[in-house]
Amino acid sequence: MLQSKVYTALMAKKTLLNAKDIHIILHRLACQLIENHNDFNNTVLIGLQPRGIFLANRLTEILQNDYKISNIKLGQLDITFYRDDFRRREEPLAASNTSIDFIVEDKNVVIIDDVLFSGRSVRSALTAIQSFGRPESIELLVLIDRRFSRHLPIQPNYKGRQVDAINSEKVKVSWLENDKKDAVYLLSNN
Amino acid sequence: MKALSTDHLLGIKYLKKEDINLIFETADHFKEVINRPIKKVPSLRDITIANLFFENSTRTKLSFELAEKRLSADIINFSAGQSSVKKGETLIDTVNNILSMKVDIVVMRHPNVGAGVFLSKHVNARIINAGDGAHEHPTQALLDSYSIREKLGSVKGKKIVIIGDILHSRVALSNIFALQLQGAKVKICGPTTLIPKFITSLGVEVETNLKKALEWCDVANVLRVQHERMDIKYFPSIREYTQLFGIDKALLDSLGKKIVIMHPGPINRGVEITSDVADSDQSIILNQVENGVAIRMAVIYLLAQQIKK
Repeated sequence: MLQSKVYTALMAKKTLLNAKDIHIILHRLACQLIENHNDFNNTVLIGLQPRGIFLANRLTEILQNDYKISNIKLGQLDITFYRDDFRRREEPLAASNTSIDFIVEDKNVVIIDDVLFSGRSVRSALTAIQSFGRPESIELLVLIDRRFSRHLPIQPNYKGRQVDAINSEKVKVSWLENDKKDAVYLLSNN
Repeated sequence: MKALSTDHLLGIKYLKKEDINLIFETADHFKEVINRPIKKVPSLRDITIANLFFENSTRTKLSFELAEKRLSADIINFSAGQSSVKKGETLIDTVNNILSMKVDIVVMRHPNVGAGVFLSKHVNARIINAGDGAHEHPTQALLDSYSIREKLGSVKGKKIVIIGDILHSRVALSNIFALQLQGAKVKICGPTTLIPKFITSLGVEVETNLKKALEWCDVANVLRVQHERMDIKYFPSIREYTQLFGIDKALLDSLGKKIVIMHPGPINRGVEITSDVADSDQSIILNQVENGVAIRMAVIYLLAQQIKK
């Protein structure tokens, strides 16, 4: 956390999305989900730890409060033990909580994360979700899709905004409940 | 802190408080994993673990094996009974032969005190001590503390009495170290012949009256009398031991409070503890067994994390 703060301070910061943009995008994503999943009877939402859960919680609130969908099943999935870079990183990773108190067998699963970059987290999530059963289908929803940076053939079904950024740049999503402000920043070295 | 301060798990006395906290936090996640429909994660699929048991073990061996399998490690098992140890091979030779098959972690139980420490100095692998003589049994102490934390919220400030054959018990020694490190108060209770002379130098009190010890404590960790390690008679008869140090329901109910009953197993029902106590709602004996797998997964995962590619 401290390290990322120092990192952030040294970098140039450009706002890609402000709170109003994010508000509009979240409502659009919610409507797109409703279009495909109707009353969510056979659908479950899974937010990826650690940062995807904010987006998942927000979307759930919008679906419940603004679109009156009452039976949303929301879970949180931690993928630490499924990562493909175990023992290959300099810094060890700390795991977060997984809480999925429903069976995903034969359900339509929507995996939710804030930024899609290399696709490796999503790959890990695809493996991890199988520990909870065999879903009917799995879709991916992201707020930011970083194009041209994929290491794996993984694409989102729903995306908030597509961003073209070079590898040395960093896209940071800030959430009101965690970072005091809704915004998306592009951080670059210069 | 996200990494252990040590390369091996040789004993609780080599751990820091932060290490124990990290192991417990990691075990929380693994406990959730082992309650899933599919209880397995792929983290350690490129790690090989050798379980070397130079002394008999049932539950510890099963628990380690299961923990390793749940982490997707490859495992090989070795029991001294069927091995070249009988043909005169030294410990280092035996282990180095096994390591040349590219083993990353060795889990070892050995009848000699300090066998794990000795091995860690001479072979190139991470060592986990699964019990060395009457010295330490660190994963048992960790799972005991973890079970207390789960049942009572924390270990700090709790009063724990360890009852029984302390002299021959590695579980007792590791538990004393672990509990004190976490800020618990520890008392020892048993026949004076089965309490080591210098135990008070560890900062524990000795109580020879079982009832008084139980009235004092929040948790009673009951140990088995290890007849197989006794070359002389330490008490007149099992019947007398049971009368003085056996816990039955009547004694438990007479305390006026609900204490937690623990036992590392195997239980000698009717000797140190009666069946109705072992199976009562105050007993967390089976929780200890479940937590053992989660704790061992955490220890193995955290040690494996430090092995560089």
